[in-house]
Amino acid sequence: MRTAEIETLIRSGLPDARVEVMDTTGGGDHFQAVVVSPTFAGRGLVERHQLVYASLQGAMADRIHALSLKTYTPEEWQTAH
Amino acid sequence: MARDVMAEIRDEIAANKVLIYMKGTPAFPMCGFSAATIEVLQELGYPFAHVNILEDQEKREAIKAYSHWPTIPQVYVAGQLIGGCDIVRDLHASGELQKTLEAAFADETAQHRAIQAK
Repeated sequence: MRTAEIETLIRSGLPDARVEVMDTTGGGDHFQAVVVSPTFAGRGLVERHQLVYASLQGAMADRIHALSLKTYTPEEWQTAH
Repeated sequence: MARDVMAEIRDEIAANKVLIYMKGTPAFPMCGFSAATIEVLQELGYPFAHVNILEDQEKREAIKAYSHWPTIPQVYVAGQLIGGCDIVRDLHASGELQKTLEAAFADETAQHRAIQAK
């Protein structure tokens, strides 16, 4: 799976998100994603990850073996970087 | 009678204060993410139960649907999913996991102190 495909899927589920996906091994199945979205405000980490997983529409079941996720609201992103 | 794997999951989550669904066992984790998560739990030192989903294909699929969480490991504390490997590591780094576990075991700690005080 290509990183651009994953970015598109996440943006389809979270249209207000800034998304950056990296292929961590170059093998097309281990990824790292940073997702920044105002939708995350007031939601815990579990719920944020569930939102991202839902946007991937089942790709986690077979095409993605591992996805390391970092989720931020725009404010948290400002503070962290 | 047909197996009700969702009920089994619900019961084992309710029966254990800390429960990890993992690949392999704490002594022999079969995946780096499960191994890293076990390492955090062992470092914190609270007792935990585990379910090796590699031995139960039906449960392996069911647990993903149960929690709307597509990956293993999954860690439950006091009946709630607290996350997979990434979140558990983040919560550990921030000290929040320690607090969550302290709260989950608070009643036992109080009982233990009461027994010692007698």
